[in-house]
Amino acid sequence: MSDVAFLVITVVKIVVVFTAIMVGVALLTLAERRICAWMQDRLGPNRVGPQGLLQPAADGLKNILKEETLPAQADKLLFLLAPAISFVPALLTFAVIPFGAPLHTKWGDIPLVVADLPVGFLYILAISSLGVYGITLAGWSSNNKYSLLGGLRAAAQMISYEIAMGMSAVAVLLIAGNVTLSDVVARQATGTPLTWNVVPLALGFLIFLVAAFAETNRLPFDLPEAEGELIAGYHTEYSAMKFSMFYIAEYSNMVTASALMTTLFFGGWDIPFTTWDNTAPWTLLKTIASVAMFGAKVGFFLFLYIWVRWTLPRFRYDQLMALGWRVMLPLALVYLTVIATAIWYLHERLGWVYDARFALALGAVNVALAVPLFFVLDRGRLVSGSVAREGA
Amino acid sequence: MAVLVKVMKRPVKETSYLRATLKGMALTFSHLFRPKVTMQYPEQKATDDWTLSSRWRGTHRMLTDEQGRAKCVACGLCPQICPANCIKLVPGEDEEGHRYPLIYEIDEFRCVFCGYCQEVCPEEAIHVGVHYENSEYARDRFVYDLERLCAQTHPVSTLWDPADPKGE
Repeated sequence: MSDVAFLVITVVKIVVVFTAIMVGVALLTLAERRICAWMQDRLGPNRVGPQGLLQPAADGLKNILKEETLPAQADKLLFLLAPAISFVPALLTFAVIPFGAPLHTKWGDIPLVVADLPVGFLYILAISSLGVYGITLAGWSSNNKYSLLGGLRAAAQMISYEIAMGMSAVAVLLIAGNVTLSDVVARQATGTPLTWNVVPLALGFLIFLVAAFAETNRLPFDLPEAEGELIAGYHTEYSAMKFSMFYIAEYSNMVTASALMTTLFFGGWDIPFTTWDNTAPWTLLKTIASVAMFGAKVGFFLFLYIWVRWTLPRFRYDQLMALGWRVMLPLALVYLTVIATAIWYLHERLGWVYDARFALALGAVNVALAVPLFFVLDRGRLVSGSVAREGA
Repeated sequence: MAVLVKVMKRPVKETSYLRATLKGMALTFSHLFRPKVTMQYPEQKATDDWTLSSRWRGTHRMLTDEQGRAKCVACGLCPQICPANCIKLVPGEDEEGHRYPLIYEIDEFRCVFCGYCQEVCPEEAIHVGVHYENSEYARDRFVYDLERLCAQTHPVSTLWDPADPKGE
């Protein structure tokens, strides 16, 4: 492929992915409100367009026409920059996520990933936590005590959970033996969903899931904007489209985190029970089917986000910190040690290659670890009050 | 100084977070498919288990006789009893000695919808109505004159009867 063709194809891919995410985010704001309503036995917004489908357009129009406010004592430059700073990393992260089987064209097979970086996973770790700068700067530049507290909380929360998130994802890399996300996907696609990383690394997925909720500031971890305590937290002083940008950033982060969970633990764009979609020759049908599969998996995780949000109450701040440092981090470390040992034993001592048998053996280790987690650790130790425990 | 949060002593064996979370999520998921309670207002004004009460006291209506004239005889009882002082009545008399209202106006903004005017009326002329959709483009449109009161068509309120408290 010539350099010019590569450039053109990449630009086209960027535009397509950007559009898809923006449309997804718009629909997600509607889905959030409607699913929330259904869970509360209501109907939700269903007036603008069929089933309320044009509601996001109406909201967007309203936000563009609203008055922009600028607090007199705010740091103008950072106040204006902060929404963009929180918005851009959310979109950047998606660049390395493969979302479909290669597209066959007369110019050659085009891999469906914006940038297939050899260091894909490290890139994600580097970029995904940058979004917190936007939130923290928004809180600081507003010159408002509530905003500042919200921003500080976001920063503290991000640091606390980033470690557990990285640790649990390292287990994925141990299995894949590679940090390129397209290789991670290829390793999981063996024709059976048993080799999806969620089977051999079920607990790792659980830790990753919880950490991902914390990273995206979603309930039960949305302390940066806890309205009961902080009005609206870091975006208290924002109005109109700048406020909307924070919303878009939050939802883009959700889309990216869901795509990441799909890629790392649920086989990416792999269609279960068949290897038809993973083998050349590539056809348009394979591409469409695999992209649809990817979309369905991401959609499920987005639903999970909304589902959890309208089920769980918010943590208290000290509970959040205690959970992050005293539970999640040790848990991730112990888990990584056990899994690394198990992989070493199976791989080096028994000489197994990665297949369904390997995955099931690791899955059994997870079940053995899950029993104490659910029935011993869960008894009043995961989340507790802030008083000193008896004897401590 | 660290502020300690008071925590209730609970039996540790019965507390859980993960399992309780899963239970809660099962509950919210089951609610997704339950019948919804929303009444879609402009299209739907009553549901199986909710309608406007027949004792609802809304904006007024003047009943008319067979010739289409207001039943009012301008006796002056309603402006007299009105606690909000919102009824303006100027009585007139025709050549046969029948009294009728020259001016009869109700300021619906002043009205407190107590229903005393309907209760006190000897001719069953003025009534409060079972009606609640009252939007206008100007404030002065809420002073209803006699013509407008007679032109209303909504059902009138059945006031509470002490002899039949449940309306049976």
